[in-house]
Amino acid sequence: MKVFLSIDAAAKAVGSEDVAEALTAEAARRGLELDLIRVGSRGMVWLEPLAEVEIDGVRHAFGPVRVEDVPALLDGTLAGHGPTEEIPFFAGQTRLTFARCGVIDPLDLTAFEALGGLTGLRAAIAAPGDVVETVKASGLRGRGGAGFPTGIKWQTVAGAKADRKYIVCNADEGDSGTFADRMIIEGDPFSLIEGMAIAGIGVGATKGYVYMRSEYPDATATLERAVAIARAAGVLGDGVLGSGHAFDIEVRVGAGAYVCGEETSLLNSLEGKRGEVRPKPPLPALEGLFGKPTVVNNVISLATVPVIFEKGAEHYADFGLGRSRGTIPLQIAGNVKYGGLYEIAFGLPLGEIVNGIGGGTRSGRPVKAVQVGGPLGAYFPVSGFDTPFGYEEFDGAGGLIGHAGLVVFDDSADMLELARFAMEFCAVESCGKCTPCRIGSVRGVETLERIAAGDAGATALLTDLCETMELGSLCALGGFTPYPVMSAIRHFPDEFTGQREAAE
Amino acid sequence: MADTAPEPNAETLADLIEAQRHLEGPLLPILHTIHEAYGHIPDTAPALIADRLNIGRAEVHGVISFYHDFRRLPAGRHVVKICRSEACQSVGGAALSEAVLAKLGIGWGETTANGAVTVEPVYCLGLCASGPAAMVDGKVIGMLDTDRFDRVLAELGA
Ligand SMILES: Cc1cc2nc3c(=O)[nH]c(=O)nc-3n(C[C@H](O)[C@H](O)[C@H](O)COP(=O)(O)O)c2cc1C
Ligand code: FES
Repeated sequence: MKVFLSIDAAAKAVGSEDVAEALTAEAARRGLELDLIRVGSRGMVWLEPLAEVEIDGVRHAFGPVRVEDVPALLDGTLAGHGPTEEIPFFAGQTRLTFARCGVIDPLDLTAFEALGGLTGLRAAIAAPGDVVETVKASGLRGRGGAGFPTGIKWQTVAGAKADRKYIVCNADEGDSGTFADRMIIEGDPFSLIEGMAIAGIGVGATKGYVYMRSEYPDATATLERAVAIARAAGVLGDGVLGSGHAFDIEVRVGAGAYVCGEETSLLNSLEGKRGEVRPKPPLPALEGLFGKPTVVNNVISLATVPVIFEKGAEHYADFGLGRSRGTIPLQIAGNVKYGGLYEIAFGLPLGEIVNGIGGGTRSGRPVKAVQVGGPLGAYFPVSGFDTPFGYEEFDGAGGLIGHAGLVVFDDSADMLELARFAMEFCAVESCGKCTPCRIGSVRGVETLERIAAGDAGATALLTDLCETMELGSLCALGGFTPYPVMSAIRHFPDEFTGQREAAE
Repeated sequence: MADTAPEPNAETLADLIEAQRHLEGPLLPILHTIHEAYGHIPDTAPALIADRLNIGRAEVHGVISFYHDFRRLPAGRHVVKICRSEACQSVGGAALSEAVLAKLGIGWGETTANGAVTVEPVYCLGLCASGPAAMVDGKVIGMLDTDRFDRVLAELGA
């Protein structure tokens, strides 16, 4: 009997390891031959721990599976959800970046290759001079938040003259509501390794670093093993896949600072310094890690590169909306019924994501607001639900898509408290380099507390403060903290009138 | 953890530093290794690191104090990190962490009187569709409620 069981942290967090143990024990007790394959997540987090049983060559989904469900699962009497890939949440997706995630054993290089892995790298090795053009033609933009065209960044690094260049993968994923980086690293780490190798060949870099956040010990362990396997197989090393190109990867771990996700802070951290933001220019592409030309890209940007080379830039660019080309792994999170990772072409309206795919709130109460793009992203009220998911479209609506995380709140959400939290978070995480962020955030917390205590006049002061932070901060931590704060005030003004205490 | 950690002596510290010194930008890996070995950064470490890396002590101190992960004092036998970020808040995370801290009679970053548990804040564990989430000695837990949390704390001897 062949059973696939998710090994993703989202599955472990709800008991998958106990289920794995129970499966093995129960099979042994019955003398049943069990082929238990641990896989990444299919992204349907509300079904975790998700077990799949292969029936006539088709994988059928069962979940959430509890230890006490194990006998019935082996008997074939447990109620399930039918073929996994026919579950609407899964069937509606266009999985390019996440095509293998949840399907294969994450550390099985042979399985990776059998499903298209390394095809892109081979294509890049055959025509290294075309790498930058292909990425440009795909329309791929950075998935870390800023949305900068990846091909243009690579072109700058490729054109820079230096004795050493670096590829740095930003796996600091600190935004609340996001887990795509973690999921791909835990579920298909070779895709990231392949993407980084292609980047190295394209720009002439021989060394790559992955900066993992320390909050992801499982992902770090998986990636370290994957790098070792890739090295042993000749995917990394002095001659990548037997070519004349050298490229190797080292995994580094951060130390719990959100701001180290900002690329220049990250570079300082990698160099062993305080994670303070560097003024730009110089661009990291010209003077990055240890002063050398450096590509800094998000995990998803890099892990998407292989499929672009495998299927062609045009195939990728054919998906999407306006200047947002390709697919985006939406991370539907918070108080939501069907939470998880949903990869789809850009362009879906926000409301369709929250209600159509996410099924509304987990609590069953009405949706009040959705924060899109992490702690620096705006709160959208239901009246903004027609906004299509794209970089320009969200910008136009006073928000940002960031790393594509969506956090759903029901009608019990306290918008003033959420605005206060945004300022507090900025105060806790500020690197301290610039005054608007370091001091402004502390004053922001105080001002919001004044409003909560009944001083409605403080709202004008807060608006002014937000403007200063937006215009005067060195990076988007101080610069974008006004997004959640001001959007909450704009869309839910009643909660900032200072009347709250009196009304209660 | 902290109970069983070896006494920090100059020789073992020097070995730990030496093992990472060949890396490009070795300071964070060195600090992580020391932190893992002792559960905190012992007071004697910064001077030794500064000496070995040929940088100023102030610089080493500056780096240690910048990062939330590096403790200057030993933690309890178990470390519980509770997520405070928005997605967990949306499903009652704030009330849950308040209840846990009240039950243990400690604040963020503090250790219970019996030395069993230190509770620290964490800003997102990437379990945002299965919140409220926490991490106990490096192991993730999701879909927490007070009952489940009570059982976890009982197991830890809090
Ligand atoms: C405070 C702050 C935190 C950030 N955190 C991340 C992060 O965790 N991951 C990430 O990829 N980008 C993050 N960014 C964006 C990076 O600075 C940078 O734009 C990105 O890594 C570039 O890669 P991309 O072009 O592939 O998106 C952050 C930016 C700021 C200002
Ligand atoms: S917000 Fe709590 S795990 Fe992400």
